[in-house]
Amino acid sequence: MTPKISLLHAAWLVLKKDWQIEWRTRARLTAIIFFSLSTLLLFSFAMGPDVNTLRAHAPGYLWLGLLFASVLSLGESFRIESENQALTGLVLTPVEPRAIFVGKVFGNASLLFGLSLVLLPVTVALYDVELSRDPLRLVLVLFLGSVGISAPGTVYSAIAANARARDVMLPLLLFPVLVPLLLAAVSATRFTLQPDPQEQLGSWLKLLTAFDLIYLSVGFLVFPKVAEED
Amino acid sequence: MAEQLALEAVDVSKRFGARWALARLSFTLPQGRSLLLTGHNGSGKTTLLRLIATASFPTAGTLKVLGHDARAGRDALRPHVALVSHASFHYEDLSAAQNLELSAKFLGLGSQQTLVAGLLERMGLAERAQSPVRQFSAGMRKRLAIARLLMKAPKLALLDEPFGELDPAGIRQMEGLIRELQGNGTSVVLATHLVEQGQSLTNERLHLEGGRKAVAA
Repeated sequence: MTPKISLLHAAWLVLKKDWQIEWRTRARLTAIIFFSLSTLLLFSFAMGPDVNTLRAHAPGYLWLGLLFASVLSLGESFRIESENQALTGLVLTPVEPRAIFVGKVFGNASLLFGLSLVLLPVTVALYDVELSRDPLRLVLVLFLGSVGISAPGTVYSAIAANARARDVMLPLLLFPVLVPLLLAAVSATRFTLQPDPQEQLGSWLKLLTAFDLIYLSVGFLVFPKVAEED
Repeated sequence: MAEQLALEAVDVSKRFGARWALARLSFTLPQGRSLLLTGHNGSGKTTLLRLIATASFPTAGTLKVLGHDARAGRDALRPHVALVSHASFHYEDLSAAQNLELSAKFLGLGSQQTLVAGLLERMGLAERAQSPVRQFSAGMRKRLAIARLLMKAPKLALLDEPFGELDPAGIRQMEGLIRELQGNGTSVVLATHLVEQGQSLTNERLHLEGGRKAVAA
């Protein structure tokens, strides 16, 4: 009998496999970078030239750009799993479905987080924001937000992958769930870019962390039901 | 001492929506014996293989595979059962070697590159080891799926139309591999429309019609 690998090791292999496929095709990366850049550009044009208005709305537009790109990214993440029923193949190998969940969440989150870092200088150029006020906590907010989108997003994209109208299904399922996360991420980002006289940043960070923990736990529990056919 | 059973199905049924793909199917297969599954398209052969592989579960009835309940004991069961199906389970954008190495890592097998190179050589895919599966023909995909099955060294091998898409040399090789698996004590369940060829490779036969056990014409 072959030795069984640990859940974390299996999750790491799933994550590496996703990176490997991404690196080989670069299809998802190219699509989400250009899509989110276009989104930021269009929002900046729509707002007009008033610098104060642009600065005030920059955090919201940054997160909307990331949110819209995440729909593409999450959808593609499970398209590769439904092709040739690769997800079933993983489960039968056997790979613990919860390891698949953890690997996919952090694979998706790493891509979104990387995208957010790419978008930061673009946000500076288009919205005239100041990144040097609290860069470390800004990066923390981007990371927590990326995980927060990816945790429920991974579950819903797995559900939507086999649906007939999967491109429509994913945002319909995901966006309502992400309202508290977006609220927290936009507010926390604002307070890392602008003055925070009432020191609200800490509270928003706690909300972001709580959201991540709740959806990581829920996903961890329910993903086996999603990954395995009844 | 009681005979060890590779498969034991009691009133196994499977429903998709309003349609019963399998209805009250009962049979047994002793460990080490091989079973030929026959029946027309849509008779339930693939559904039954997927139930045995634990890719799906019965709606009603009891299915025991290698002594384990197919649903409750699936974690213990999956390392010992391998399915070669119509779907290849491969990642299209990874190469043949990367797909096999990935499986080897999940199985916790050491020296993956040597193992994978040997399997690809054996299946006649060594020259295309670094090509993405997307560029493979149907026959090459089938060979790669067989390589993955061999890597797992299962106690129960499930083969859904294993001769389909293969060239004559591939068919001869597949027959040899089935005999080799049986020689190692592996039970083989073989679903094929090539009845005579299937019968020459198996000990028992289960014919399905409309999801039910039937007497072959």
